[in-house]
Amino acid sequence: MFFLKFVIKNIFRHRLRSILTIVGVAVAVLAYGLLRTLVGLWYAGVDRASDTRLITRNSISLIFPLPVSYLERIRGVPGVKKVAYGSWFGGIYIDEKHFFANYAVEPKSYLELYPEFVLPEKEKSAFLMDRKACIVGNRLAKTYGWKIGDLVTLKGTIYPGQWEFVVRGIYHGADRTTEERVLLFHWDYLNEAVRQTAAGRADQVGFYIIGVTSPAVAPDVAVAVDALFKNSLAETLTETERAFNLGFVSMTEAIMVAIQIVSYMVIAIIMVVAANTMAMTARERLGEYATMKTLGFTAPHIGGIIFGESVAISLAGGILGVVLTFPAAHWIEVELAQYFPFFSVSRETILLEMLAALTVGVVSGIFPTWRGSTIRIAAGLKRIG
Amino acid sequence: MTEPPIVEIRNLSKSYRRGSQIIPVLSGISFDIARGEFLALMGPSGSGKSTLLNLIAGIDFADTGSIQIAGVEITGLSETELAHWRAGNVGFIFQFYNLIPVLTAFENVELPLLLTHLTRKERREHVEAVLSVVGLTDRMDHYPAQLSGGQQQRVAIARAIVTDPEILVADEPTGDLDRASAEEILSLMDRLVTEFGKTVIMVTHDPRAAEKAHLVRHLEKGELQ
Repeated sequence: MFFLKFVIKNIFRHRLRSILTIVGVAVAVLAYGLLRTLVGLWYAGVDRASDTRLITRNSISLIFPLPVSYLERIRGVPGVKKVAYGSWFGGIYIDEKHFFANYAVEPKSYLELYPEFVLPEKEKSAFLMDRKACIVGNRLAKTYGWKIGDLVTLKGTIYPGQWEFVVRGIYHGADRTTEERVLLFHWDYLNEAVRQTAAGRADQVGFYIIGVTSPAVAPDVAVAVDALFKNSLAETLTETERAFNLGFVSMTEAIMVAIQIVSYMVIAIIMVVAANTMAMTARERLGEYATMKTLGFTAPHIGGIIFGESVAISLAGGILGVVLTFPAAHWIEVELAQYFPFFSVSRETILLEMLAALTVGVVSGIFPTWRGSTIRIAAGLKRIG
Repeated sequence: MTEPPIVEIRNLSKSYRRGSQIIPVLSGISFDIARGEFLALMGPSGSGKSTLLNLIAGIDFADTGSIQIAGVEITGLSETELAHWRAGNVGFIFQFYNLIPVLTAFENVELPLLLTHLTRKERREHVEAVLSVVGLTDRMDHYPAQLSGGQQQRVAIARAIVTDPEILVADEPTGDLDRASAEEILSLMDRLVTEFGKTVIMVTHDPRAAEKAHLVRHLEKGELQ
C-alpha cells in the first residue's frame, strides 16, 4: 500500500511532465485503436460474406458482362438453390462527392439471397411491383432525408442519362455490419431502357449471385458453373462471396499495410518518448534511490518503484486513450458516415490498445529500472547537494 | 572485564580507479571504536574520512582488511546481506538530510520500518515516539520543503534511530545548517549517545562540531594520525 502511494506521489512530482506523457500515450493508443479499427472495417466486407453465396462474373474482368441467358443453365446445376443477378449501375447523385453504391438487380431473388437486408413486407411488395422503384439503406435515406415515395434522380455514367427512381422501401441491416448505404433498383427497368438506347448492351448482367444448399457444396458448384461456360464467348469465374470481396480488398492491401505500419510506428514513437521521460525521472532521483538503499532497501524494491511508475503512467495513458476511443469513433461514424458507414471499435481492439499501453510502460521502464536499481550507493549519494 | 569495541577495523585499504590511474584513499587503517562512543573523524578534503565512514556503514566495499561491527564481519557480506544488515544495525545522517521530498516527515521516518515485520499500528507508535524524541510531533504531516534545515535534519535523525540501531553514522550533519540549528543537532546527537547509548561516528570539517564529540580522530592522506 505504501509503495503504491509512493509511486502515485512520484508520478505527480513533475505534474506537467507526467500529464504530458500520459496524454502522449493516450493519443498514441487512440491513434492505434482508430487505425486498427479502420483496417478491420476494410476487411469487414470479407468477414460478413456468406458461406452459402457464390458470385459468378466474367472470367476476364468484372467490367465485362455476362449474358442473362446463363441464368437458367446456372439454376440447373446441382446444389444451386437460388440465383439472382445484377449490374453495377455507377449512378451519381448530385455530384461525385455524394458517392454511394447503386445496383440494378433482379429484386425478388436478390432479396431472398440477402436476408440481412431487412425490409417491411409492405415496402417489399411495393418495391417488387413497381419497375421504377428502388429501395435504399436506412443510413443512406437518413443522409439525404429520403422518405417513402420520394423521387431520386441518378445521373448515369455507365448508362448515360437521368434515371429516376421512386423510393418504395427503406431497409435496415440485420446487424451493425450490414451495409446500409446502398440503392437497389430493378434490373428490368435498366435493361428496357438500354434496349432502346444501346441495344447491343441489352440482356447483359454484371454478375450472378448463386445461393447454394450448403457451404460444403460451394466448391463443386463453382467448378460446375464455370465448366458450363468453358470455351464460350463469355467464360465465367465463380468464387465464394468471401473470395470475391477479398479480391476487392486486396487491391488496396498496400494502403492497409501502410496504415498498419503507421499504427505500430505511433506506438514505437511514444515508447521512445516515454522511455526518455522515465530515464530522465530516474536520473534525477538517483540520489534518493541511493538514500533508500542505505536504509536497507534492495535493488528489487527500487526497481519496483521505478518500474511501477513507468507502467502506471502508461496504463493511465492507455485508459485515457481507450476512453477517448469511443467518442472519437462515434464522431467518425457521424461526421464521416459517407466513408465509414459504421465505425465500431471491437473488444479485441480495446484489449490491444491496453496491451500496447502496457508494452510502452514495460519497455520504457526497463532501462531506468536497471539504472536506478543498480546504482552504487556512494555514487548515488554524490548526486545530492 | 572490559566490554569489546563495537567497531574493530584491521588493515583497511581502499583505492579508487580514475581511468588507468589507481588512487589510494585509505592505506592499512586499524582502529577500534568503543560502544557508546561519540567519535568525530576530521581531516582535509580527500583525506578519506567519508570513505572510511561509508566502509564502516557498509555502503562501500574495501579492497583489503576487515571491519567487524558488533561481532559481524561485514567485509564478507554480499550486497543484499549488507542491505539487510544496514537496515537493522546502522542509522544514517547526511549533510543534506536526504529526505524524500514527496513523503511527509512521518512517512520519511516510517520508511526504514517498511522493511520490518511491524504492523501499521506498531510502525505508527515507533514513528511518533522518535518524532517526539527529536521534538517534531507537531510537524509530522509536513513535507520536507515545509520544514527548516534544522527541522529536516531532525527528521533525518528520527529516521536514523527509528529502527533502534546501535550505530549512527553522520556525514557532515551540520554542514548545511546555521549555527543555532547546528548546535541543536549536535546536542540531539549527544543526547542519543548519553541517554540512549548509541554509538555515533561523525565526519566533520567543523571544529565546533568536533568539540561536541567525545573523541576526535584525524585522517590525513588515508592514514589515521
